Amino acid sequence: MAHSFPFSLVTPERTLLRCEATMVVLRTGGGDIAFMAGHAPFIGNIEPCIVMVTTEDGRTERAAVHAGFVHVANSVVRVLADIAERPDEIDVERARIALVNAEQTLVHSNDASAEAALRRAHVRLELAGSHGAAIK
Amino acid sequence: MAGGQERILRRRIKSVQSTKKITKAMELIAASRIVKAMARISSARPYYEELVGVVRDVATSSGLPKSIFLGEAPVADKKGLLAITADRTLCGAYNSSVLRATERQIQAFRQNGKGSFLVTVGRKANSYLRYREVPVEASFTEVTDRPTYDQARQIALPILQAYEAGELESVDIISNRFYSAGNQRLEITQLLPLDPEKFGSRENNQSLDFEIEPSPEAIIDPLLRMFVEETIFAILLEASAAEHAARQRAMKAASDNAEELIKTLSRIMNRARQDSITTEITEIVGGAEALGAGSKIIDESYLLTYSNRGPVDV
Repeated sequence: MAHSFPFSLVTPERTLLRCEATMVVLRTGGGDIAFMAGHAPFIGNIEPCIVMVTTEDGRTERAAVHAGFVHVANSVVRVLADIAERPDEIDVERARIALVNAEQTLVHSNDASAEAALRRAHVRLELAGSHGAAIK
Repeated sequence: MAGGQERILRRRIKSVQSTKKITKAMELIAASRIVKAMARISSARPYYEELVGVVRDVATSSGLPKSIFLGEAPVADKKGLLAITADRTLCGAYNSSVLRATERQIQAFRQNGKGSFLVTVGRKANSYLRYREVPVEASFTEVTDRPTYDQARQIALPILQAYEAGELESVDIISNRFYSAGNQRLEITQLLPLDPEKFGSRENNQSLDFEIEPSPEAIIDPLLRMFVEETIFAILLEASAAEHAARQRAMKAASDNAEELIKTLSRIMNRARQDSITTEITEIVGGAEALGAGSKIIDESYLLTYSNRGPVDV
């Protein structure tokens, strides 16, 4: 049994997730990274990604995080995110429309905001998809 | 004549009564919204505290990196102001106090030879300042009823852009701060530059050696930008709670006044009605006596029917 540590995922409007976790996987500017108990103190910015949290009792919680920071100190992992969503909160239809719009914009130009929108849409759809698969 | 006055009074009482119904309803709505707004303030607090913690850890592990957002005010010929008002009135001095303070600030800037860069929140600030031809760089409405973080970010955007471009010396927020349901105060809060003291070292001073990715210099600006957005968000939430509290208080006063007015008007109306009855009786009695003086036969049954005609209240 792996050691657990406190994990929290907070956004400005609410605390999305707070639990004891054994592993947290997310993506920083330097690539994917996994945190387990006893990780060295760490601060990093998060790229749009799905944060995967393995909880103490073996479940896997997923959440889409679009930008933010991860902060690890004294074996406590905190994720601060501007926007974070649970799988059941994602509006698939809207994400699809956003995806198409962003792709169209990117055909003509190299717009940074469209690129960010594209990545957000991808993360959302991926998360919604994984949730759907879990239901089946 | 007297009956006419009574009718007018009755109509006025009715109209005050329906006004009271409205103010009472608004009072109750505002009261329930204060509770919700307070809940939102407390659910936003963990994020704020953790964000301060992250900045503090970056600072203690490698010393606070240089950032345009921190410390010394840059030299520029404009100062920024963010005025937060409500979209609606009927909330006492809530809006006017913010607007007066804003005008005073602009005046003070002008005396020091500085221009102003004004961003407003709320329909009231927009219409008031536009009418006085005060230049407004950006204005936002439909925010204060239920502010979201996304809106805070949109409000922060023009401010951050101008500040990062070196156009602004400082940015202040003028808003009502919420201390409790009974205590809100107008305050001018400095938004930028940020005070490094805020991120002072931890008390227990156990400096952990943080691995910072990509680097402290690269991470500090996005972090502080987030901090500015978060500060605006926190102040918006407080302003929203303060607005509901101010509205509740104003509407309670209005309901109380309406109650008082109804009492006074009813008293006047009752007196008017009594007066008209008294006049009528006096007329009948006078008439009967005149009749009695004229002929010897007094038709008593005739008199009785007349005096019983109207209800005689005492």
